[in-house]
Amino acid sequence: MSHPTHEPIVDATGAVHAPHGSAPLLQVRDLQVEFMTNTGPVQAVRGANLTVYPGQSVAIVGESGSGKSTTAHAVIDLLPGTGKVTGGSIVFDGQDITHASAKQMVDVRGKQIGLVPQDPMSNLNPVWKIGFQVKEALRANGIATGKEADKRVAELLAEAGLPDAERRANQYPHEFSGGMRQRALIAIGLAARPKLLIADEPTSALDVTVQRVILDHLEGLTQQLGTAVLFITHDLGLAAERAEHLVVMYRGQVVESGPSRKILADPQHPYTQRLVSAAPSLASRRIQSAKERGVESTELLAATGGEGARRSDEVVKVENLTKVFQIRGGRPGQTTEFKAVDDVSFSIKRGTTMALVGESGSGKSTVANVVLNLLDPTEGKVYFDGTDLSTLDSKELFAFRRRVQPIFQNPYGSLDPMYSIYRTIEEPLRVHKVGDRKSRENRVRELLDMVALPASTMRRFPAELSGGQRQRIAIARALALEPEVIVCDEAVSALDVLVQAQILTLLNDLQAELGLSYLFITHDLAVVRQIADEVCVMKTGQVVEAATTDEVFDNPRQPYTRELLAAIPGARLEVFGEGIEDLPA
Amino acid sequence: MPETPTRPDQQHFFAQLDETPVGVVDSVDESAAPASVWKDAWHQLRRRPMFWIASVLIALIVIVAVFPQWFTSVDPRACDLANSSLPPSAGHPFGFNFQGCDIYARTIYGARPSVTVGVLTTLVVVLIGALVGAIAGFYGKWFDSLLSRVTDIFFAIPFVLAAIVIMSVLYDQRGILTVVIVLGVFGWPQIARITRGSVLSVKNSDFVTAAKALGASRASTLMRHIMPNSAAPIIVYATVALGTFIVAEATLSFLGIGLPQSVVSWGGDISDAQRRLRANPVELFYPAAALALTVLSFIMMGDVVRDALDPKARKR
Repeated sequence: MSHPTHEPIVDATGAVHAPHGSAPLLQVRDLQVEFMTNTGPVQAVRGANLTVYPGQSVAIVGESGSGKSTTAHAVIDLLPGTGKVTGGSIVFDGQDITHASAKQMVDVRGKQIGLVPQDPMSNLNPVWKIGFQVKEALRANGIATGKEADKRVAELLAEAGLPDAERRANQYPHEFSGGMRQRALIAIGLAARPKLLIADEPTSALDVTVQRVILDHLEGLTQQLGTAVLFITHDLGLAAERAEHLVVMYRGQVVESGPSRKILADPQHPYTQRLVSAAPSLASRRIQSAKERGVESTELLAATGGEGARRSDEVVKVENLTKVFQIRGGRPGQTTEFKAVDDVSFSIKRGTTMALVGESGSGKSTVANVVLNLLDPTEGKVYFDGTDLSTLDSKELFAFRRRVQPIFQNPYGSLDPMYSIYRTIEEPLRVHKVGDRKSRENRVRELLDMVALPASTMRRFPAELSGGQRQRIAIARALALEPEVIVCDEAVSALDVLVQAQILTLLNDLQAELGLSYLFITHDLAVVRQIADEVCVMKTGQVVEAATTDEVFDNPRQPYTRELLAAIPGARLEVFGEGIEDLPA
Repeated sequence: MPETPTRPDQQHFFAQLDETPVGVVDSVDESAAPASVWKDAWHQLRRRPMFWIASVLIALIVIVAVFPQWFTSVDPRACDLANSSLPPSAGHPFGFNFQGCDIYARTIYGARPSVTVGVLTTLVVVLIGALVGAIAGFYGKWFDSLLSRVTDIFFAIPFVLAAIVIMSVLYDQRGILTVVIVLGVFGWPQIARITRGSVLSVKNSDFVTAAKALGASRASTLMRHIMPNSAAPIIVYATVALGTFIVAEATLSFLGIGLPQSVVSWGGDISDAQRRLRANPVELFYPAAALALTVLSFIMMGDVVRDALDPKARKR
């Protein structure tokens, strides 16, 4: 701790504390959950302990596959597939519900324990109106029927923060945005006034600013109702900000639990320590000193690329880029225009990272595709190393492809499942007829080594690798032709925090080593701070703010940027040793 | 630490390290055997008894079709009216038909035309269908619209009815090749549709964009990335379709417009036997049973292959 403060730290959750000494609402003891698989039983949860007091907010934090969701689903007897509780006890409100009958559980679910599921897109039935689905929750729990229920539905939706609730209740899910759907799901979860609300990654599918508004609202609402909340999240920053008690799970076990602040300030288990140091929302500084590295890479370039002809310092320059898509209208032949990118200009200096930040629909991926020359701009120009991309003939374009390579978001979609890792990485070399068989194989080995994967990986297929490993393969493929610019389109967004940190470090090291320039597209400002030298903040197709990373974080000029910054989970926590104030100005 | 006092059961707890050792972040399991989609499918198939039953039957049928002389020394065309409708005897396990031909020999020799028609028609259909479907799905635009409409037109014509009409016209040119061509011409739209859908769904994958971004040409992207990933549903459909083409050939032969009388075929024999169904039912039974068994084996094979190649069953 850098500041030995002794005044009580403002509880970020502000939860209403039940009188000290009251009985716990939920007590999970030594919980064991098993899944049957083809290869025999697999223990998903091993001896998990968890206690929630009335009105308290508790968060289970862990990476995918850590058993956090399984634990929560065991509590409400909603284990998927072959999952079974094989040991331990679950006591809710003084009642042992470990082996409760299906009928008893129906009584508990909804009425006593509510659930806000993860994906707002798939958890509402598309053929029923929102109002009907909320009413269903009321009816199922015997709260209200008929006219009274209709009134209550409107109240509940209004309570969940939907304006004009009565009209909204008559709409279908597809007429709602993601955030509105999540509000409807919250209304359903709280419809029967449960004592405990389980929120399973309630906002991970939403934009950060929407996430913040919804979580703020949920917090206020549960506080007002005195509902205890059990958060399940992969985001340590979010957990610490929203819950007073943390439970960290790893490989099916609780490795650490305790008061949020204490865990963040003084993590004991090595896994928690790793998590705390890797969480992008908490470790808010460049992975390595940017300036220092910047100097290094220019020196490197000066040494290797000093061939008299001084190469342009701006490796990519985008000028007044506009991209308009024609969207098919209702009648045949009728089209409407949609301006995805509107007059965007920026440039990337050689050996540095430029981040394009924005929420979904801001046009950032379209810019990436134009820079990759996969899309033609409607207006404006893209210069690569001083050459206008629109003037390239097919031969020059082929040569250009070698110099700019992409890395995509979805690690599951970016590798051909039919290709072995060797074929995947060798493909660019083969297409560009680089070297013979033997030298290509050596190059593949070299590339695998560069991304810290064993050479034996090349005989494997993508399906056998984890998301992070596939992303490393995608990086190796991108590096095969020794490009100068790599466009990373949300390249780390789908990965677990620790893996994400690992990939970011790798990208950073590669940049220092090879003098690469990155165009880094992301929705996550916290990641930007770790990797980028310069930032362009995009909103609805336009750049609203462009500056160096330090400037954007220390001195944001636009209200939208400030909003984005404030929405980073954990941004409001000021108790850590690695707080923002510790950064050099 | 001045905080809200910790409540019972909520003290700071941490597990002992030896209980849950922390692994290297994202390490590769080097011990596991490498597996591809096809290898996975093979592992799946290996465990299905139905796969083995179907394989053994198909292998047997193919061997019978290629080397009928291994299974009988009797000439199926050497018929002696003196033997008309005789019951089974030594060397003639199924007895004789009305014309005095050995039923066993005819059943054995009938496998060849059936299997030939099935395999060749499937090949023709897959070649035409996959080509048309891939081009429509990949290049799209007006070409897709045109090909889709053409497929629709073929689709609207009942397959067997169309074959009957054409075969009646080509009565004098009857033969295995004619049947294959006629069935092929009317059988490809289904494959074209399946291929088109499959190509459309693979076309927008990130790995296809990645191939494009590294400079691979459109044609090579189609051949090297999209087609291999679209192959599974085509293979599944082809296996099942093989059975239905054999049935179609038998139907045409039964109607007397498929294979000529000079070719020993199950369809023709069934047609001959139906007139004598009451007097000598075994005459109908054996070719019909052989036909049913052949079609069943291919359909069974199609079923297990589909289960093994189902994208939902793949490791994700």
